[in-house]
Amino acid sequence: MYHINELLNSDNTLKPSFVAMKESDDYTINIGPQHPATHGVLHLVITLNGETIKKVDPDLGFIHRSIEKMCESLSYRQYIYVTSRMDYLSSHINNHACALLVEKALQVEVPERAQYIRVIMDELTRIASHLLWWGAMAMDMGAFTPYFYAFRERELLTEIMEDTCGARLTMNYMVPGGVMHDPHETFVHRVSKEFLPLLKSKLHEYEELVTGNIIFQNRVNGVGLLTYEDAISYGCSGPTARASGVHCDIRKLYPYDVYNKVQFEEVIETAGDSMARYMVRMNEIKQSISIIEQLINNIPEGDFQAKTKAVLKLPKGEFYQRVETARGELGVFVVSEGGTTPYRIKFRSPGFSNLSCLDHITKGSKIGDLVASMGTLDLVIPDIDR
Amino acid sequence: MYIVDYIKEVASAVKSLATGMKLTGYYFTHPKEIITQEYPDNRATLKMADRFKGEVIMPHDENNEHACTGCTSCELACPNGSIKVITKFEVNAEGKKKKAVDQHIYHLDMCTMCNLCIEACPTDAIKMANTFEHSVPDRNMLIKRLNNNGSKIREGVE
Amino acid sequence: MISFEHITKWLQAWLNAHMSPILVLAVETVLIVILAIALFAVLGLVLVIMERRVAAFMQIRMGPNRVGPWGLLQSTADTVKLIMKESIVPTHADKFLFNLAPFIVMIAAMLILAPVNFAQRFHIWDLNIGILFITSISSISVIGILMGGWASSNKYSLLGAMRSGAQIVSYELSAGLSILTIIVLCGSLKVSDIIASQETGWWIFKGHIPAIVAFVIYLIAVTAETNRAPFDLAEAESELTAGFHSEYSGMRFALFFLAEYINIFIVCAVGATLFLGGWMPFHIGHLQGFNHVMDYIPSSIWFFGKTFFLIFVIMWFRWTFPRLRIDQLLNLEWKYLLPISMVNLLVMTVVAIYHLHF
Repeated sequence: MYHINELLNSDNTLKPSFVAMKESDDYTINIGPQHPATHGVLHLVITLNGETIKKVDPDLGFIHRSIEKMCESLSYRQYIYVTSRMDYLSSHINNHACALLVEKALQVEVPERAQYIRVIMDELTRIASHLLWWGAMAMDMGAFTPYFYAFRERELLTEIMEDTCGARLTMNYMVPGGVMHDPHETFVHRVSKEFLPLLKSKLHEYEELVTGNIIFQNRVNGVGLLTYEDAISYGCSGPTARASGVHCDIRKLYPYDVYNKVQFEEVIETAGDSMARYMVRMNEIKQSISIIEQLINNIPEGDFQAKTKAVLKLPKGEFYQRVETARGELGVFVVSEGGTTPYRIKFRSPGFSNLSCLDHITKGSKIGDLVASMGTLDLVIPDIDR
Repeated sequence: MYIVDYIKEVASAVKSLATGMKLTGYYFTHPKEIITQEYPDNRATLKMADRFKGEVIMPHDENNEHACTGCTSCELACPNGSIKVITKFEVNAEGKKKKAVDQHIYHLDMCTMCNLCIEACPTDAIKMANTFEHSVPDRNMLIKRLNNNGSKIREGVE
Repeated sequence: MISFEHITKWLQAWLNAHMSPILVLAVETVLIVILAIALFAVLGLVLVIMERRVAAFMQIRMGPNRVGPWGLLQSTADTVKLIMKESIVPTHADKFLFNLAPFIVMIAAMLILAPVNFAQRFHIWDLNIGILFITSISSISVIGILMGGWASSNKYSLLGAMRSGAQIVSYELSAGLSILTIIVLCGSLKVSDIIASQETGWWIFKGHIPAIVAFVIYLIAVTAETNRAPFDLAEAESELTAGFHSEYSGMRFALFFLAEYINIFIVCAVGATLFLGGWMPFHIGHLQGFNHVMDYIPSSIWFFGKTFFLIFVIMWFRWTFPRLRIDQLLNLEWKYLLPISMVNLLVMTVVAIYHLHF
């Protein structure tokens, strides 16, 4: 963003404009760490001129649990469970990334059945995450009712997860070499006969209640504009970047597991405003439904888990694996010294980069726009802080 | 014409608001759509998923025997140290010393229900129970001993 | 048939027979004050529980159903809790104004009660400028809100109070203009005259399209005036936590909370009086039998039924719509509602002059 000469004087001291956080007559208010608009403990110091925002300064670290450091003392089977707690709304996909990385390093062939189950689980998680986002974003905008409608569908989904994985939020279902259990015997039936028909029959309600609503449209149209160039330069990914026209779906670009066998569209909008981000996510729900429909009745027979050694040792070297979570690109980078635990691990979380553009897209808009932009960025704070 | 556009705009806005109100009105007049479960009241009929990971238990059969050999695989597999297996040496019928479990201590307060210990157990001695009402007045009560008093290892389990 | 009219007449006669006229006035004043406060308390409790149940049913949940039968005592329990709670005054607050603000809001709400006709010939003070009195007193409550927001010495509160000021001042215009359209029709500001003019039919039916337009604008404007969602910018919880009453707790907060619901009741009562005929029963032309059955329902039930219907509609708005942004809020008023209601008033004047209404 900034060139070094813009930041530093010739004697390597910071230039005054980067030292002074605020001017003396600025009207600053703190949104967070405890605030209804920030779902979690995000702290935004916003500088106002009347109702107009001059500057947004995110203050992070309130839920930093040093997951990366913790992982350095955990074995390659154990470190997966911690990642469920990063972006807890797409825990399956986080686990998937970690499992893929270990498989890639050990060159384990994952049974096809496990791959199918993993992709179905990923897409179910994506739907669940987008449903929750939809409700929470509408609540930010002041409409309370959508939250409950979204949770009605999500509840069935969590019950299906509970049947198969034994947990509702922090699954720890993906293990190196496959998945932990075979899906529950009712899994296929409940997904294809109960959940998908229910969700499809309720999608029109979302449009009636929120998408078509004139107040909502006025709140999001043209608000929080993120251009194509800015989306790339801020490192945005996922629906946030795709709403600005960036072609960045990891499922398309670097397909993993059976994503190259299914037909789906990468949802891209070009407007770059909050409405575009909203529409990308709403259309992604439809794409996820279509992916699940292609896979759910064709799960091949076979093992659900490849045979792996009891103690996993990654060869010496550096490994990187990326997946598309509900929020964007999650990258897992592991440096291995050849032992049973990683030497260094780094998660490239989508929320952190997506948050970084918040100041840019809300400058000069109203407080209500900040809430709308933040809602459509779909921030999960534990994902930002890790 | 400008005035026609203006009226059309107002009309479409009112229509979009009316569709939303129709939906909430529908749910208001259809109490059957209510999805709330009245939890403590429906305890008798509440059925948890059989795989639900509530806590780690060690099943004992009617002879007060379990399948734990005291191999400490679960302790090693646990990512956050919530299992501590204290072993002892038992003298069996042939006069040979053999390692056996003395106390299988389980810290429910630290457990994250990741299921790794169950996966690691070679003899299927422990499993996940689907209980979920774990609240206790003192956190020390969450530290549990999984093997019963005077329990033995089942015959034939190695 | 028991009606309030008989009770008040009997009381008046009984008091006059036993006391001097001045004492009678004093006793009646005390009685009215007690009744008004009792009405406020009961209305607050009923409206809070109603709001929560309506919200719950719209949101496919059950709502409060644990305290008392069907949860009816929930709001009573909440009130007890609020009374017991410590009422904190921030260190840097302007203590006098901070304590005064909730009472100003409350008193303004109570004063509007005076000209409202609750039933046939049952009202506190049927003064000849009743509607003017209502519109003028209802603007006072904004002073209390501004006062509370300023005195809290909290930035959220100040922003909320300023928003509220801008909002109430602008929406009063279109609320006033839509009230005026009915005044044009009946030619009197006296509340009982307005109701009497609707004996042959309510204005919303008699007044053609302008009356319906005025009714819709009135509903929107009063929703904004009472700071209700989708116009609850003064206390937009996802932006300003709780807006002007962020720093209030305990009973002071309860007064603000109560005043909000009382204001809703009053604006709905005024709306029912102007557009839906107040306590007038529902009559259809010359269907004598039907009209007679309608007459048999007590006038107080008619009045409260209409009022609570309007309250329900306002609650319906709240639990369906997202919130507007502050500039859109003012746009809506100045670019849409105000021009429409001005044109509407003009049309209504033509209707009234040529007696085109029924």
